[in-house]
Amino acid sequence: EFEEAAELLSADPGASTLSMSSSKNTTTAAATAGGGGGGGVGGGGEDVKLDLSDDEEGQEESSELLGGQKATGGFWTFEYYQSFFNVDTMQVLDRVKGSMMPLPGRNFIKHHLRSNPDLYGPFWICVTLVFSVAISGNLSIFLTKMGTPTYHYRPQFHRVTIAAVVIFMYAWLVPIGLWGFLTWRQGSERQIGGYSFMETVCVYGYSLFIYIPTSVLWIIPYEWVRWTLIVVAMVISGSVLVLTFWPVVRDDTKVMAVATVVTIVALHTLLAIGCKMYFFQTAVHVPASDPTAQPIQLTQATTHH
Amino acid sequence: MAAAEEASRPFAGLSDVSISEDIPVEGDISVPVGSTRRDDEFSTLDEPVKETILRDLRAVGNKFIHVLYPKRSTALLRDWDLWGPLLLCVTLALLLQGGAADSDDQGGPQFAEVFVIVWFGSIIITLNSKLLGGTISFFQSLCVLGYCIMPLTAAMAVCRIVLVGGSGTVSFAVRLAVVSVSFGWSTFASTAFLADSQPPNRKALVVYPVFLFYFVIGWMILTFSPSQ
Repeated sequence: EFEEAAELLSADPGASTLSMSSSKNTTTAAATAGGGGGGGVGGGGEDVKLDLSDDEEGQEESSELLGGQKATGGFWTFEYYQSFFNVDTMQVLDRVKGSMMPLPGRNFIKHHLRSNPDLYGPFWICVTLVFSVAISGNLSIFLTKMGTPTYHYRPQFHRVTIAAVVIFMYAWLVPIGLWGFLTWRQGSERQIGGYSFMETVCVYGYSLFIYIPTSVLWIIPYEWVRWTLIVVAMVISGSVLVLTFWPVVRDDTKVMAVATVVTIVALHTLLAIGCKMYFFQTAVHVPASDPTAQPIQLTQATTHH
Repeated sequence: MAAAEEASRPFAGLSDVSISEDIPVEGDISVPVGSTRRDDEFSTLDEPVKETILRDLRAVGNKFIHVLYPKRSTALLRDWDLWGPLLLCVTLALLLQGGAADSDDQGGPQFAEVFVIVWFGSIIITLNSKLLGGTISFFQSLCVLGYCIMPLTAAMAVCRIVLVGGSGTVSFAVRLAVVSVSFGWSTFASTAFLADSQPPNRKALVVYPVFLFYFVIGWMILTFSPSQ
């Protein structure tokens, strides 16, 4: 099969190839001609990829680090990273919508990603979340303390750095850990039913999207509103994750399956509540020497201003 | 190999030729210098220093004018330079100093933070645009993004002047209006320059980070509060 395809390619190097993969992934056609995006041949079983771009890489085996799905060329070439940004505006919007409306039976990875995980969504959603949390937190503190005569507004710009560290660590380290753990548990059945690293990062990135409007709405100074919002966001976002990972995990022993899912949900909850506590509560972090500490705790306790 | 041998055959006979020492050989070997060579433009060693500086200043000023009246022109892209962005970044970072207790970590952005946000933000947006298949070059994109910070820097200067008069609600409203207008202007100007180089079905994906970038810079300007 490989010789046939190679002969066809040598006859007409510009042609794009269509391949039917044997695994249960959907077929993917070789994409973009020009622009440096090499064609990726989908399919879990094939390890050797045919690179259709005109650069001097020619045909080479892709690295198997990422589950052998979309990688073209070596990791030192630009085209390798370009293959992770092979999405259109409508695709990104569709994935964002999918992360906000999890339906049981719709696995985010199978239904929306369709073996084309991208890094655009996770990265820019994390960046937006960092700034939305920091800015909304700053605004909420301002609105809470606005009436106090001794209060002087401060932009608290260092919180952006803290938010960035926390959110990016969550969005990258947790998927690494989870993927490593799932791969270890799957053992030799890695190709069947397992998710590649990129897909794991992708689903975690898109699941964080719901927190962006939530963090903006947290400016509303009523505690019950904030707690309702956080519960709703955690349910939606957590269910996207659970629906995605449950089919993979349920083949494992009962204890491990439940423990994995519980850990996923617990970490997600920790992130949400941690952000809320740090960025949106005023009473906790006012220094003791500040004479406005007492009135602030009083205003925090009241629900109307 | 065969071609080389074939080429050397016409000259085979010349290897025997030599000039005897009786015949005087004299002449003048010199390279004729053309009077209308384009090298004159590139040979800038002899010009006065003022001329050199003024040329660069004129180029930078020309680009500022292009940002003020953004049309779809290629002037910013063709002769990119990074002097303008550097100047604007330093000015913005300096104007953002002297804020509320900036020795305390609750204050506004430090000088280095402004630099990091502007330059790393521009680099990341450029990389994003190139990864999505844009045809613009790296430094051209940095140039455009840097020059389009100019309306926001002007807004910062206006805000500081307004804050001298007081920091009440009126001044906040004025500052909000000024920053919003300049933010819109920056985003519009940069998309006017960058739009043509993007693949058509990904334009929004490229414009959104630019929007976020200028929004964050606008936020830093708006929340600047003077120390008391």
